[in-house]
Parts: sequence; structure tokens; C-alpha cells
Amino acid sequence: MHTRNLRCMHDEPQDVLVESYPEEEFWQDLLKVTGGQTNEEMARIAIRDSSTCRPWMEKHGVRFQPSLSGALHTARTNAFFMGGGKALINAYFRSAKNLGIQVDYNATAIDIDVKDGVFKSATVSHLQSDGSKTLETIFAKSCVLACGGFESNIDKLRQAWGQNQWGEWPADNFLIRGSRFNQGTMIDRLKDQGADIIGDPTQAHMVAIDARAPLYDGGICTRIDCVSLGVVVNKFAKRFYDEGEDFWPKRYAIWGRLVALQPGQIAYSITDSKAVGRFMPPVFVGTKANTLEELADLIGLDQSTFMQTMNEYNQACRVGTFNHTVLDDCHTEGVSPVKSHWAIPITQAPFYAYPVKPGITFTYLGLKTDQTAAVYFSDQPSPNLFAAGEIMAGNVLGKGYTAGVGMTIGTAYGRIAGHQAAQFVLSASPSNTNGSGPESELSMNRSIENTVSEES
Amino acid sequence: MKALNELVQEAKATALGEVVLSPNEAEVARQLQICNACRYCESFCAVFPAMTRRLSFEQNDIHYMANLCHSCGACLHACQYADPHDFQVNIPQSMAKVRLETYQTYAWPKSMGKWYQHNGLWIAICLTLSLAFFVALIMMKQNSSVFDGTKVLGFYDILGHNAMVNLFAPIFIFDVIALGIGLFTFLSKIAPVTGGVGASTPATLEATQNMLTLKYLDGGHGEGCNNEDDAFTLAKRRAHHLTFYGFMLCFASTSVATIYHYGFGLFAPYDLSSLPKLLGVVGGVSLLIGSIALAKLNLSRHKDHGDAKQKPMDLGFIALLILTSSTGLLLWLAGKTAAMPLLLALHLGSIMALFLTLPYGKFAHGIYRGAALVRFAVEKRQPSRLILKED
Repeated sequence: MHTRNLRCMHDEPQDVLVESYPEEEFWQDLLKVTGGQTNEEMARIAIRDSSTCRPWMEKHGVRFQPSLSGALHTARTNAFFMGGGKALINAYFRSAKNLGIQVDYNATAIDIDVKDGVFKSATVSHLQSDGSKTLETIFAKSCVLACGGFESNIDKLRQAWGQNQWGEWPADNFLIRGSRFNQGTMIDRLKDQGADIIGDPTQAHMVAIDARAPLYDGGICTRIDCVSLGVVVNKFAKRFYDEGEDFWPKRYAIWGRLVALQPGQIAYSITDSKAVGRFMPPVFVGTKANTLEELADLIGLDQSTFMQTMNEYNQACRVGTFNHTVLDDCHTEGVSPVKSHWAIPITQAPFYAYPVKPGITFTYLGLKTDQTAAVYFSDQPSPNLFAAGEIMAGNVLGKGYTAGVGMTIGTAYGRIAGHQAAQFVLSASPSNTNGSGPESELSMNRSIENTVSEES
Repeated sequence: MKALNELVQEAKATALGEVVLSPNEAEVARQLQICNACRYCESFCAVFPAMTRRLSFEQNDIHYMANLCHSCGACLHACQYADPHDFQVNIPQSMAKVRLETYQTYAWPKSMGKWYQHNGLWIAICLTLSLAFFVALIMMKQNSSVFDGTKVLGFYDILGHNAMVNLFAPIFIFDVIALGIGLFTFLSKIAPVTGGVGASTPATLEATQNMLTLKYLDGGHGEGCNNEDDAFTLAKRRAHHLTFYGFMLCFASTSVATIYHYGFGLFAPYDLSSLPKLLGVVGGVSLLIGSIALAKLNLSRHKDHGDAKQKPMDLGFIALLILTSSTGLLLWLAGKTAAMPLLLALHLGSIMALFLTLPYGKFAHGIYRGAALVRFAVEKRQPSRLILKED
């Protein structure tokens, strides 16, 4: 729901997209960010699909807008939906409703029954208005799983990340940028039933976001975009990574992980008044001080270490011609870590600090699938169980991220999975020949088998 | 009740000459800070492009943007931070609340601004007094010699042309002055924060076009805005067009008739084929259909749209438009029957109430929104002082 665009291949300018973004360039971008942890065949299917999916999206009511102000560099590669992800979901929901598709709210899939790789039924827990829960087993000829990763499940994140060298559980300090509902239940249930799992459980789209963001659903507005304009220090007031390594759009997705590896999983982005008006306005007001000493006190860092870090950095700056729109020649010498670009002394009061924590967008561990979106059991594709979205995105995205690629994978494999599921039902159905319409064949057999009140 | 330290803070700020935001203004500033970090709604309307030119929102910015908002609802239904999210963002509603405060702030004379807070009562008083006035007038006439029951009466037998002019012209002139002063005060506040320079011809033309076409009720994609739910509809835009252009045709009818009367010595009543009558009948029908449709849309609007407290003001104004147009049309249809004097009283009474309430009611939205649209067209032509970059 917090998404806003999808990365699209196109060979010539298309409505909201300028110039061209050919298949090969898209593939190379993906190859670079994943460091080769991808599946070329599946990736190329998603890339090609991204060049044709927008008319389909528009048919279902999605509207596009030009690249947002402050995101103009994505005007070539990314198509933004008008109003963002919730507007997109509203449009899809309306379209589904018009097609006669039933959508159940407050319904959680809690179990799934698979025999020899064939989907049989799913068990759903319905939350009633009085707070009680009703279990329902839904039998169907085919099934598409599109229920996300496990990013909202703190216990699972805790297990995956374990304890660090300081005895901390890093996941305790993670914030979840999306909803609280991505619990990874289906991944677990299917793993128990022999489904093939891919991906490293600690790999995820992870951004450094404002530490004051809510635990869930902070979404886009909690990001902190001033990293490359200043320095970032950890809770011991030490710098730990090259803030000016590359353009921020190419680096923002590594900073969540960088902060996750720091003690306390917290860091502070420090800028001075030269940065004001040069980065996207943050949702929370930064801590402001007239001296760096005062700033250190206000954010609770050791003043002498902080001043040492800042003085070392300021003295190491070799200022050439500052230009935030190019990889400029302002860099540091004789300080570790270096700052490769946009290194200018932080000297002009007032000074600002923004606390940042790791914000997890989605996890990459998921179900192994193929180009038909079929779920694999012991290296064999299921004939009638398919997966789409975050639950299988790890097949294409083993690590790293590039803006909008999650929606590209989701949209491409969502359509493929839906198509495959419908194809299976139509081809497997004996009544296909006796003239009854496909609608009746696609309908599921729903029965509330064992109505129980669960303790919640 | 406010906490003591809040009051102390305010008193200190006032003493220092700082502008203290009202709770509704502070709420808009809080929400815009969230919106400015998100920006998903940029293409819906003019509010968001205006927002992205700013890093913080002072009182004059808020007054400007509140009047730029057309309350279309698109951003609310798209909002990832709307209820049930903790951030509780609802731009159409918070803007509507500030908008009412701006009408009150810029009202002239200032003491009359309070009627925006009790608009239903204000309309009821004006309508009752106006109707009573004309009914009484007609009753007096009925007892006099003109009404002997034998001849068919014309309007001017009941109320002479000069008497009508003497009654309505001062009210109309007062409306122009009151709204004109409000407009001038508002512009003098918002112009410095919207580029400072005057409106160029292209800016004025663009703003005029945006007003006359209700550009910002098109949802940014041309399919319209939201009313009862997240589906887009052009109903509001069309209903408003029927109302506005119907009103303007009626106004044109009266203006042409005045020119006929004084310029050419052509006196009412006019034939159906005459210009004043054609304009009046077409305008009246359009106004009636449009305002009934607006009332229906207002009543069926999603509960989270706008400010529920302002419904009496919205519906009161719409009711006066319905009353004015319907009595006007009835008067035309039944002008030669015995019902004419009563219908005339109803018609003139509702017109008088409409014009009495014009500077202190919903009508003001057109004036202030028009001004905001002009300033938006000016501001967007100025270079932005921000160099924002992100992912």
C-alpha cells in the first residue's frame, strides 16, 4: 500500500516516461544491485512484462502521473501511480468488485493443505465484529499466494538476525515500513509441507528511516534524505561509512543494513544550515542547535568524541566545486572512512541531527518459483499452487534493491500467477466441454467446516 | 481547555509580535509536513504543487493553500496516512476548517464575520425578514386601489420598477464593497508569500480558465473527484457548472433588462422570445437543476469529507439558490394567475435573502478560491528557491 511506482522497460518515450529504458539496461541494473543473486530467466520475464503491464493497469483503473518533484531522475525509469499505492489498491478493488470477485476483510490465512505438491485447501480465520474468530476451510482447484514476506513478524526477524557481537538482538530495533500483517505464516506452513525455500532470511529492502517513526506503517514519509549532505555517526559518535559514495538514490537502500550493523542499531545524520532546502523535507523536525557541542548534548552523544569526529571530518574536507547533482570533487583526505563526494565542512549554524533506525520494507526469503510462478516442492513445480509478490520476489531479488523493482516483480508475476491458476482450472475441468461458463468453474467451494471461537 | 503553559507561550509569542496559529491552522501545518515528505498526491490538484515549493507552513501560506483546496476528496481516499493510521491525515477536512476561519478573518465589516460561525441562523433570519417584508408589502397593495380584482396585474403594479431598484441596488452595492474589501485584504496577505509580483496576463488567463472549467474538480486525470466513496465522479463538477452558469445567465438576464429599461425604454414584462426572458428561463432551469444536484451530492458525501459543521452554511446557500430559481420559474409560469402576487413576494424575498447573505456565506468561497487560483498561477511561474533531491 505504501508503494508509489514501478520500474518500466520502454524503448521510446511513453506517456509519463521519458527517453528509453531498454531491456538490457534494466537487466544490467538488476544484475548490479543483486550482485548476481538473481534468476535471469525470471528477471527478464518481469522486465519484458513491465513494458506492457501499464495499459492493463490503466484498464483496471490505475492512473499514472509524471515523476514527483524531487524524484525527477526517475522520470526515465519509473512510472508513478497517481495517489500512490492506496489509490492503486482502491482501483483494483473496485475493478475486482465489478468482475464479481468476492474479497473478505479481516480474514487471515492461517494454514494450507498440500498433498504431493497439489494444493487442496486453505484455512482462513475470520475476525468477527465482536472480536471472536471463525475458522473456514476453503477448497479450490487452484490457489495464488500473494501474502507478502515476513517483515512484520518481529519474532521471526529476531531469529533470523540473532544476536550481534555486543549481545544485542538487532531486530528489536527494526521498524516496519509497511503493514503489521506480513507475518510469513504461509511461508512457514509451506516449508513444513516440503516447499522449496530460497533466500537469506536477513536480506531485505532496508532503508535508514527516522527513528521516531511508528513501529508499523511509517511508509515513505519517514525516510531521511540528507545523508549525502552531511555525515552519519553511530551512538559512540563515530562515523562508519562513506556518506558520499554515490548518488543517494543509488545508496539509500544500503543504509538500513549499515545502521542495523551498528551498536544499538541507531545512527544520527548530522548536517548544517547549508543543507536546508537541498533535500526532501523530513516528516519529523530535526534536533537543532547553534553549536555542535550543544547538538551532541541534545542527542545524547559523548561530546568530546563527537567533536573529535566532526573536527577530523571538517579538517579532512578537500572542497572543490560543490554540486549535489553530479559526483563532485569535494572529498576527504586522511580520515577514515572517507567521504568520496559532497564533502564540505559542517560549520554553518544552526546544526541539525536526525536519528535513524533500520526500516524494513520487505524481506527476500520466500518460496522458490519458476517463470510460471508455480511453487516448487522437492524441485518439482506444483500444478495448481502459484505465488506472486514479496513471497516470491527473492527469486529475482536475492539482495539489494533498485527503486520500483518490487512493484515490477509483483505486477508481472501477479498477472502470470493469476493467468496460470485460471488456466489450470479451465483445462483440468471436465465441464469445459459441456458448455458451462468459466465463471462457475472458477468459483471455489467454501465451507465453514469447524466453527470455533479462538482465544486471541 | 488549554493548558496554562500553552496560554503563557501564546501570550509571550503575541508580545513578541509572532503569529500564533489557531488550532485548525496548526493542524493543517502538521498534516502538510507529513504530505510534504510523501507527495504521492502531487497530480491531483494545485495544493500539492504549491506545498512542494515550501519547507514550512506559516499562517499566510496556510490561508492561501486552504482556499486553493477544492475539497474534492481525491487525496483523502488515496492517503496512506488517513484514518485508521496514527497520523490521522485528512487534508480536505482540515483545509475546510481553516477556510471557514479565513472567511471570518477577512470579512468586512469584521464584526459581521461571526455570522460564518452561525450561518444557518443568519440565513434563516435574513430569509424570514425578507419574505415578511415582501408579503407585508403585497398585503398593503392588495388593500389599495390597484387590486380591484378586475384587471390582470403586472409585477410593476405590485412593486414599481424604481422601488425595486431602490431596494436591491444598495444591497448589491454593499455586497460588492464588502466582498471587495475581503478580497483585497486576503490578497494583500497571500501575495507576498506567493511570489510577490502581480499577475501577468498568461497567469490571469490560466487562473480564469481553471475557475471557469473547475479544473481542480477533474481529479487530475479528467475522471472527476470523489463524493460518496473512492470512485471518481464528474457529478459535482457538472452540478456546479449548471449552478454557476445558471446563476450567471439569470444575472445577465437582469442586466440586459436594466439596459432595455433605461437605454431603450423597453419595459417588462418581456416576451418569451426576448433576450432577458430567454436568458432568465434557461438560467433559472439550469440553476434549479444544478443546485438540487449539489444539495443531493452534499447530503450523500462521504462522512470524512469536509467539515460537518459547515453543512448548514453549504445547504443554506444551496437552499436559497433553489428557492430563488424555483420561485422565478413559477412566477413566469403562473404570472397571469391570482397566485402571482404571492409568488412575487416569495421570489423577491428569496432574492433579497440571497443577496443579504452573499458576503457572509458560502458564496465567499468563489471569491477567495478565485484569488488563490490567481496567486497559484503567479507563484508557479516564479523559480523555486528549493533544490530538493531524493530517491
